[in-house]
Amino acid sequence: MTNNDLGDTLAQQVAAAAEAGTPLRIRGGGSKDFLARTIAGEPLEVSGHRGIINYEPTELVLTARAGTPLNELDIALRESGQMMPFEPPRFSDATTLGGAIAAGLSGPRRPWAGSARDLVLGVRLINGRGESMRFGGEVMKNVAGYDISRLVTGSFGTLGVLLDVSMKVLPLPEAEEAIQLETNEAQGFYIVDEAYRAGVPISGAAHDGRHLYARLSGTKLAVDAGLKRLGGEQQSDPATFWHALRDHQLPFFTQDGPPLWRLSLPPLSGIPELSGHRLADWGGQQHWLRTDAKADAVFREAVRLHGHATLFRGGEQGGEVFHPLATPVRRLHVRVKAAFDPKGIFNPGRLYAGL
Amino acid sequence: MASVYRTEDCQFTVDRDALIRRLGEALQGDSLLVEDEAMRPYECDGLSGYRQMPQVVAIPETVEQARHVVQVCAQMKVPVVARGSGTSLSAGALPHPQGVLLSLARFNRILDLDDERRIATVQPGVRNLAISEAAAPYGLYYAPDPSSQIACSIGGNVAENAGGVHCLKYGLTVHNVLEVTMITMDGEVVTVGSKALDSPGYDLLAVVNGSEGMLGIIVEIKVKLLPEPPTKDVLLASFKDVETAGNAVAGIIADGIIPGGLEMMDGPAIRAAEDFVHAGYPTDVAAILICELDGSADDVQAQRERVRALLEESGADEIRVARDDEERARFWAGRKAAFPAVGRISPDYYCIDGTIPRRQLAYVLQEMQKLSDEYGLRVVNVFHAGDGNLHPLVLYDGNVEGEFERTEELGGKILELCIAVGGTVTGEHGVGMEKINQMCVQFPTPDLEQFHALKRAFDPKGLLNPGKAIPTLNRCAEFGAMHVHHGQLPHPDIPRF
Repeated sequence: MTNNDLGDTLAQQVAAAAEAGTPLRIRGGGSKDFLARTIAGEPLEVSGHRGIINYEPTELVLTARAGTPLNELDIALRESGQMMPFEPPRFSDATTLGGAIAAGLSGPRRPWAGSARDLVLGVRLINGRGESMRFGGEVMKNVAGYDISRLVTGSFGTLGVLLDVSMKVLPLPEAEEAIQLETNEAQGFYIVDEAYRAGVPISGAAHDGRHLYARLSGTKLAVDAGLKRLGGEQQSDPATFWHALRDHQLPFFTQDGPPLWRLSLPPLSGIPELSGHRLADWGGQQHWLRTDAKADAVFREAVRLHGHATLFRGGEQGGEVFHPLATPVRRLHVRVKAAFDPKGIFNPGRLYAGL
Repeated sequence: MASVYRTEDCQFTVDRDALIRRLGEALQGDSLLVEDEAMRPYECDGLSGYRQMPQVVAIPETVEQARHVVQVCAQMKVPVVARGSGTSLSAGALPHPQGVLLSLARFNRILDLDDERRIATVQPGVRNLAISEAAAPYGLYYAPDPSSQIACSIGGNVAENAGGVHCLKYGLTVHNVLEVTMITMDGEVVTVGSKALDSPGYDLLAVVNGSEGMLGIIVEIKVKLLPEPPTKDVLLASFKDVETAGNAVAGIIADGIIPGGLEMMDGPAIRAAEDFVHAGYPTDVAAILICELDGSADDVQAQRERVRALLEESGADEIRVARDDEERARFWAGRKAAFPAVGRISPDYYCIDGTIPRRQLAYVLQEMQKLSDEYGLRVVNVFHAGDGNLHPLVLYDGNVEGEFERTEELGGKILELCIAVGGTVTGEHGVGMEKINQMCVQFPTPDLEQFHALKRAFDPKGLLNPGKAIPTLNRCAEFGAMHVHHGQLPHPDIPRF
């Protein structure tokens, strides 16, 4: 495994860019170049800053440099029988830890195991003055100072350059099984939720318009009991469907077609009334939608359902990609951005125009 | 008693009569307290060693009234300190001498309990336990359970990012809050978070959790409810020494088991608790572990057998499994009553909240014993062992001249020890006024400056809870303890693995 600390070099590059007022485009593995608003800026390559800094399995904590590929982390974790519970997607083999945290994306396990921001414990970060700072730490509970580690998770590099990330990891489940059921969407998610309430260790629930897919992870006894309760057709390898869903490798995602939208909705929301194809994940709280509908129409529909929408892939990446913010919230965003990046050099416009 | 506030944090100009007049436009009768006698109950929170009278106490009943208070304070440049139930152990709700103490105690209604979506919408003054009680008929509960849960408010829980004995498996307040509505110092009502699992833009919700009343005044909260686990088992294991108990904790987690709760008490804490609640704890041992396992009946059965075997391998002297609900409750009763139990054996006690990597437990305990001897003050230990959160209780007598000051100093040393082993000064109680000097040790200047910059983004005039949570650089210079860089640690003898 490559071990390389570029923290000082990166801080110098940032300081120089701040001095010159040069906008930077922070880049890890480049696997999410398609995501978020298209921006200009001088590339700041972080993928060389890599390696695991500290991994203590009995502490359930792993600290690694931002440029470390997720695949490398997976190997180290699996050797100790552990995993990243938020199941970050890998849109390519180059996907890095820093990119996963900067985008704040979480995979199918998220409703039951927590999100990227839930699992982040600490970060080392370069701010817009080129200062290297450390927030949070390597302990589970830490309320000293504001929770900047979680604030920067999902900020798409607009607040700082992530150097190191400490995160909570968890044991791999003793058993994991996947099933497929013939049922409609609402009924399917209802069945899964009832099972969850009864103690069945659900770790995935998706519906593709024809089948309900469910995954169970836990002790062998509990998984077996869950399989018995839910019935359906058992799949030979849970990873086949669930990793393909996580990494957008299912035909739904890979086939040519209209832009891909993501709708994040409250539990038991109605089904989005938009044209196109849809795949529901997170027990109905995350909908993937291939639609030619106008951005305004998608945003409006998400609001009607008390959620929000993101243009995920394709479409007009120069326009509004993330859901427009309410005016007072937008004002706070502008001030928070200025607090970290007064010169506005980090990924300007990647999240929202003017931010 | 001299003010614990520094002069530099008290540079506001207050026209008290004008302030009372302006606040009186929206607050009448017992919603606005101005007499010393009436304000006296608000002069301190759960950390009663620190006391300060405010200018006035405002107790609004509606969001509009609370907003009026914030707007008046913003216009007159007067500090505002929010208070829930006043159970903070870090003086987070200590009034400011030039400010308004804003009590949210009357925001005490559960506005909605959506059992299907498992979301409760509550006002900030609702007691933590009241949420679980309201959810119980639906087989649901609110997971974070600080020991003060019968009294502490959910608004205060959010402000402090409160923990509890079930954090190891179910997370802290930040993991269980979906949405917060707050009044900003711009006088606007702003909602961050949502009923969905995420929201667009920056995760301002995460920053509001644990922000200690420095960023906004919380007026409404949506929390996530969890299904009550169908089965729970509680094991009680006793050990001849604390180190063996610490290793047993690591052994359970290394085996892939995350218990619902995993708590440790040392000998003096066990004996104090036993004398108080008669939990049936063995009193001649050095440490006990209380381990709660939850899940489906099958899951719990499998885990119980595994944990029992692991505890035996780790060298536990005796392992008991609670036979019924009554015994389960009794095993927990001693732990939950540990603080008041210690209160019976000492006139006063001072609770510390450091968190350390668990593997440093034995070392930290030894060093704490040395410090305890040095200061001639007894230290009793209760831990959230699963997540390395220590609660050493320093026993002292506030009536003995200088003993509180020595206790504070000993507390400071213990926190610096926690930082030196890679931990933090506060796991769940917050910095408040209490640990503000130790923040100078934990964070170097640029980090502190970044915290201040973030604070200014929400509160440019510095009116919300001034003088707390994040120290000024002047304070750090005066305290004389600056951040210790790697390689120059004050405890070079620490074993590092």
